[in-house]
Amino acid sequence: MSDEAATTGKSLLTPFNVIAGIIVIMGLFITVMRFTRGLGAVTNLSDYNPWGIWIGFDLLVGVALAAGGFVTSAAVYIFGMKKYHSAVRPAILTGFLGYAMVVVALNYDVGRPWRLPFPFIVQQGTTSLLFEVAACVALYLTVLFVEFSPAALEWLGLKRARNIIIRLTLLLTIFGVVLSTLHQSSLGALFLIAPSKLHPLWYSPYLPVYFFVSSIIAGLSMVIFESTLSHRYFKDKMDAAHLAEKDEVALGFGKAAALVLAGYFIVKLIGVSQGNGWHLLATSYGAWFLLEMLGFVALPCFLYAVGVREKNLKLIKWTAAWTVLGIIVNRLNVGLIAFNWQLPSAERYFPHWMEIGISVFLVTVGLIAFRFIVTRMPIMYAHKDYDETT
Amino acid sequence: MESTIHTLQEYMLHTENITYLLIVAALIAITFFYRFLTERDDDEK
Repeated sequence: MSDEAATTGKSLLTPFNVIAGIIVIMGLFITVMRFTRGLGAVTNLSDYNPWGIWIGFDLLVGVALAAGGFVTSAAVYIFGMKKYHSAVRPAILTGFLGYAMVVVALNYDVGRPWRLPFPFIVQQGTTSLLFEVAACVALYLTVLFVEFSPAALEWLGLKRARNIIIRLTLLLTIFGVVLSTLHQSSLGALFLIAPSKLHPLWYSPYLPVYFFVSSIIAGLSMVIFESTLSHRYFKDKMDAAHLAEKDEVALGFGKAAALVLAGYFIVKLIGVSQGNGWHLLATSYGAWFLLEMLGFVALPCFLYAVGVREKNLKLIKWTAAWTVLGIIVNRLNVGLIAFNWQLPSAERYFPHWMEIGISVFLVTVGLIAFRFIVTRMPIMYAHKDYDETT
Repeated sequence: MESTIHTLQEYMLHTENITYLLIVAALIAITFFYRFLTERDDDEK
């Protein structure tokens, strides 16, 4: 990288570095607290609320927003949409870091993290949905690592190893799609075991379908959102092909997102109808549900459609950010807000500031890793020694 | 409306009736939405 020296010559006291540094120090402090004094010292978790934002946000939101990897690689390598090829590596990297942070967050959340490998080596609870989620997340993280590795190998100059992995691209993509379909839906299926705890407007036998379909929306929107931010902050790292294709990616993914959002709105409506939950729409939870459905599903669906019709890239990019927020709202609703809704307010869960601190810390670590990799490895440009179509 | 439902049969009949109507409406609506989304593509061709 010719400009790396110039980069290192700059002052390290940039606003990003200062803020990230403070967050990392705070995160390390809470990490020590968490692993020396236990969950009780840093969380508001209880027997009523054994899952907090480390599951509701870090895991459920993290996995959904990391879906861009399988969505983009499936579009390019399975459906042959080569015009989106430049979006594959950034999407794979975002997915890989997203899943990596999910696994790190799990180490904070489970009481005895050293037992995380137990589903594979000790117990035989293969009928548990959590076993399926654990297996798929572990395998998919491995797949994402291998899918990402050609960029690292190109950076390291290991041509032979890189060429071997490139030959596995289609196989890895198929694995990625299968594993993502399984565990994205299974995360929704987890809540099928608690029909009395989840508010009827969010509970539905179709929860696995909702989670899977909305993960595709999250993936498509996240690719547009990430591409927008990358274009703003890493424009100098992009080659001509990336710069030329980014508008095509926004328009194509925006159109796909509009269609999937329309389908999602319909299946959600059918869920309400099947559960005969119409009368609940007149309650306060109903108002919140309507806000989610109209404000974060119907509205972005319409805005994406208008953006694609009018070729209004600015509208598409803002809609992508709004949709990402909508996915966060949805996962927090299912995982926390509409969960245990019947408990008295004194028993309801609200995260401890240290829980929020760890979530912010993990997102920051993900951003730092993303920046470290993008500024060094061929993520947003094709390496000069290799064919850019591979 | 709810007070008239006494049996599972009535419940299923009630919810399925509404759902079937919704699906028909959704299929018609998504056709128009798809047209709205793609009609400018046709103009370009």
